[in-house]
Amino acid sequence: MSGSTTNRIPAKRSQASPSQASRTIWAMPRFRWAALALLERNFLVWKKLIGPAIVLNFGEPLIYLLGLGLGLGHLVGEVGGLPYLVFLASGVVASSAMTTVSFEGMYSVFTRMVPQKTYDAIMATPMDIDDIVLGESIWAALKGLLSAIAILIVAAVLGAVPGGWMAAWALPVVFLMGLAFVGPAIIMSAIAGSYDFFNYYFVLVVTPMFMLSGVFFPLDSMPPALQVGVQFLPLTHAIEIIRPLIVGQPVEHLVLHLAVLLFFALIGYFFAVAMVRRRLWV
Amino acid sequence: MFDPPMKKSVTVAAPVIRAQGLVKQFGQFCAVDGIDFTIPPGQCFGFLGPNGAGKTTTLKMLMGLADFDAGSLSVLGQDLPDQARAIRACVGLVPQADNLDPDFTVRENLFMYARFFGLKRAAVADRVEALLAFSELTAKADAKVETLSGGMKRRLTIARALINDPEIVILDEPTTGLDPQVRHLIWARLSELRARGVTLVLTTHYMEEAERLCDQLVVMDHGRILDQGSPKDLIQRHVESDVIELRGTVSEGLFTTLRSMSAHTERQGTAVYVYTHAPAPILEFLGDDSELTVIHRRAGLEDVFLRLTGRGLRE
Repeated sequence: MSGSTTNRIPAKRSQASPSQASRTIWAMPRFRWAALALLERNFLVWKKLIGPAIVLNFGEPLIYLLGLGLGLGHLVGEVGGLPYLVFLASGVVASSAMTTVSFEGMYSVFTRMVPQKTYDAIMATPMDIDDIVLGESIWAALKGLLSAIAILIVAAVLGAVPGGWMAAWALPVVFLMGLAFVGPAIIMSAIAGSYDFFNYYFVLVVTPMFMLSGVFFPLDSMPPALQVGVQFLPLTHAIEIIRPLIVGQPVEHLVLHLAVLLFFALIGYFFAVAMVRRRLWV
Repeated sequence: MFDPPMKKSVTVAAPVIRAQGLVKQFGQFCAVDGIDFTIPPGQCFGFLGPNGAGKTTTLKMLMGLADFDAGSLSVLGQDLPDQARAIRACVGLVPQADNLDPDFTVRENLFMYARFFGLKRAAVADRVEALLAFSELTAKADAKVETLSGGMKRRLTIARALINDPEIVILDEPTTGLDPQVRHLIWARLSELRARGVTLVLTTHYMEEAERLCDQLVVMDHGRILDQGSPKDLIQRHVESDVIELRGTVSEGLFTTLRSMSAHTERQGTAVYVYTHAPAPILEFLGDDSELTVIHRRAGLEDVFLRLTGRGLRE
């Protein structure tokens, strides 16, 4: 046995060169085309499971809209001057994108980050965590967009898109909204010990937004304090843009709503990169 | 094979890796405690040491995957950590735990990995087939990764590490947990790579692997380098030429006598190891004691390893 088992701490730690000190998890993430390789990876895997993906994307909203829109709509009649099916469809376009993006950013990202060690393998190539997180973010937002397109098609077939082709303008907004939701989801993945951890986020964040942001009933039917509170939720702002575009009404405060979504997207990406670095860097 | 003419222009003895005063701390624990080494091109360089010696951390630092707290490190003439991405473009890594992509087949794993290096599919198509042949996986090319045996996964991981035609391949315990057939196949392939001019850097705690493959070795423990040299040099420097192993009950009296007759004697459980440059008199003295099993062999790297790092268990 050689002498001591405990290692001495070198006395001259201050000699560490400045270049090493610069590696901090808070360094500004960089946008690089390398992120497209991760997008390509996820697309190729998704393509293999396209059957179940299509069933999920079209089947679920169809059942939702038929069940709630026609069934409940029969009782409710009109909401905010719109047939309930139209009101609901325009809200579900947004909420479904939120759910899709959150699932992708949590369960899928966590799977690749922790049990599958896919990111470890990718980090041994010239790709950095910045590229991985950017690729995952764009991919998740695209999946959210796809689910929104599916719902719009279903809604159009059911005659619930009075805005006609103007509704297509909702799609870039859905993509931006996806980017606003993916950051927090990836942050959850980066700090999660297991899949069970995501229950907190779903119960405390996703479900409240789903119920309170104007998907099922208009904001003005809530108590005033709550109406103010929901202004801090990104889904509220997404629906404020998406709903009028789908039903063919002018959008109010467009810039404000877009700015809120953009703010969430950028801040979310920054912290997502930082937290994934914290988890994966040695 | 997939590396047509030898394109590596080896400038005389300019090291491909140079580390000076490298330190890595995890909180209060010092994983790597001020190590220096240089690795010449085209050699197989081994890091030998017990678990927790700091080998894996050192390899991770070579790729910019682990930060270091002090010292300097350059790979292929570029400094870490600033040039980490450029360095990784020219280096292949075989990690300790397989991290193949389970969503893809064997061949798709190779193509996809090439994409992470920014290589075009068409440009690596021939290379992918050559690597499948090199790792004897052609028959399994369309199999899903999860259906592969441990040995096949390891071979695919090695093939994957070669997709970017690296100048350096870093292998963290390349044959741990594999059966002898696979191990010998991997050794043969690594020797081929080395013959082609690729620099190999590996960690292992299999002495046979180190003796067979490595031109130069460092023995590490507790984050420090205890010694370095060729396997032959290390054996000459640290242990006597011969070892006589006794198994059975060795009395205190016999042990003392053996100690006086030899250069170094140690007891481990019911076994006694007698190290000497002159085995004949000791063997004669022991005669044919039917109580004891006597094994006489040449000293090897394992003896050096145990002499340098001690016989205490590492958890």
